[in-house]
Amino acid sequence: MSRPALRAVETMPQPSAAAPAPSAEVVTLTPPRSAPRLALLKPKLISTASVVLPPLLTLALILLVWEILCSGAGATLPSPSQVWRDSSDLILDPFFVAGSQDIGLGWRVLTSLQRVAIGFGLAALVGIAVGTLVGQSTWAMRGLDPIFQVLRTVPPLAWLPISLAAFRDANPSAIFVIFITAIWPILINTSVGIRNIPQDYRNVAAVLRLNQIEFFWKIMLPSAAPYIFTGLRIGVGLAWLAIVAAEMLTGGVGIGFFIWDAWNSSKLSDIIVALVYIGFIGFVLDRLIAGLATIVTRGTAAN
Amino acid sequence: MKQAPYLQIDGVEKTFTRGDTSNHVLADIHVGIDKGEFVSIIGHSGCGKSTLLNIIAGLTPATSGGVLLDNKEVNEPGPDRAVVFQNHSLLPWLTVYENVRMAVDKVFRATKSRAERHDWTMHKLDLVHMAHARDRRPAEISGGMKQRVGIARALAMEPKILLLDEPFGALDALTRAHLQDSVMQIHATLKNTMIMITHDVDEAVLLSDRIIMMTNGPAATIGEILEVSLPRPRKRLELVTNTTYIKAREAVLKFLYERHAFVEAA
Ligand SMILES: Nc1ncnc2c1ncn2[C@@H]1O[C@H](COP(=O)(O)OP(=O)(O)OP(=O)(O)O)[C@@H](O)[C@H]1O
Ligand SMILES: [Mg+2]
Repeated sequence: MSRPALRAVETMPQPSAAAPAPSAEVVTLTPPRSAPRLALLKPKLISTASVVLPPLLTLALILLVWEILCSGAGATLPSPSQVWRDSSDLILDPFFVAGSQDIGLGWRVLTSLQRVAIGFGLAALVGIAVGTLVGQSTWAMRGLDPIFQVLRTVPPLAWLPISLAAFRDANPSAIFVIFITAIWPILINTSVGIRNIPQDYRNVAAVLRLNQIEFFWKIMLPSAAPYIFTGLRIGVGLAWLAIVAAEMLTGGVGIGFFIWDAWNSSKLSDIIVALVYIGFIGFVLDRLIAGLATIVTRGTAAN
Repeated sequence: MKQAPYLQIDGVEKTFTRGDTSNHVLADIHVGIDKGEFVSIIGHSGCGKSTLLNIIAGLTPATSGGVLLDNKEVNEPGPDRAVVFQNHSLLPWLTVYENVRMAVDKVFRATKSRAERHDWTMHKLDLVHMAHARDRRPAEISGGMKQRVGIARALAMEPKILLLDEPFGALDALTRAHLQDSVMQIHATLKNTMIMITHDVDEAVLLSDRIIMMTNGPAATIGEILEVSLPRPRKRLELVTNTTYIKAREAVLKFLYERHAFVEAA
């Protein structure tokens, strides 16, 4: 532990030095009313703008270059304005229903998300459980780790034919592909997290004579939580990558099949809209897990 | 015949072996400690003080020899030998209160009601003057406060013997003095048996009834045991000019820096 020296024991939090003393009023005879509020608002506006503006500008620039590149006569891909003309219905209303196969992208994304939720949920459960076992037991690690290291390099789609053969149905196969893709980072990170539980915490548990179950809930899980969440975050990203690919092959409803279908009917603009959806949802999934991690592991990382 | 001491360390040896390299750390440690006694262990870094304490705690098995506490052999860790660790070892995801409460819940689950366990926890936090910070997390309190909570947690187990591994090692002099006073007060009130490892000669003399001085490793052993026959309660300011205090201090310093000077490995 490296603590800076000279810390008083009973120091209460100092009153914030930031609170400004009201001194300027004495000099100014007619202080403009709005001045303090504006002064307060200004830095906020600037900081918001400095976060929001750069990506917006970059986006505008990309759209502009894209427009210029694809507006010629021989362009193979649609320009942004073309995409808007072709697919504004998809962009404007994600949740329309105009027939059994003619539905908004929102519905398709939800179907895909449902598969991801089941496959990823199972992967999280099994991954954390097996990861704990592997992290705790030297023998389990020696036996299982080499096998996991080989299996995790198998590309997700390579599992699809086997799972189609085993489940004889598209939906469980897609879910299995999600599961087998997402499980490895979760499992491996969990086992590393468990192996890295500081000896101090183990000593505390030993002095208190915690039994196995108490040790699991009170020491292991909270201590390994940052690692587990890293695994979950990588896992959900991979799951989202895999579901799109798997759905392209299995068909049915889903954002992946939508892309495949659009390709077969040469609706390039629809594909581009779908790509934006996929990217956006992937981003949201990642943020969700990251947000959950900060809530659950508050305090754990900062020691 | 004198009755057997409360804690008896009997011919403890420790050799760490990894592969074909072995490291003989402790050799032939014999000592008895009475109930209610405050004993310090002092010695140069790396001589095996923590190892000895861990053997008493049951966290490390001795290679040979054994430890008897209250006529029972020590062969596993347990709450009757509570440890205050070198680096506080509070669980960072729990608040100050929860850190202590976890120990209380575990030790007194069968014997105390929920309300009694709460009162007990608050009482121990009061004892180390930390009740005001009960809802803060370890990352939000100072190093000295963390050690206080560590002591509260150990006391809350109502141990037969309290083991402190350099509890104030990482603290500044002022905070250290505060905590030494707290520990003296607790010792006076609760009359616990305590063993404390320290690097600080003044701390050892101020707090201890006896000081165990260890020789340098490898194969470190007890070089000498010094009785500090100063009356209690002890006041640090009054002791500055006390001849017994000065003599004891000198004896420890001579042991550490003349007869067993630390030889830096080149
Ligand atoms: N688990 C272990 N495996 C191998 N060797 C160990 C182990 N623990 C301690 N040692 C060795 O035992 C010796 C004594 O270590 P110990 O931690 O007991 O010293 P110490 O007196 O507490 O030192 P310090 O004052 O720096 O805390 C050291 O040489 C150390 O390398
Ligand atoms: Mg040590």
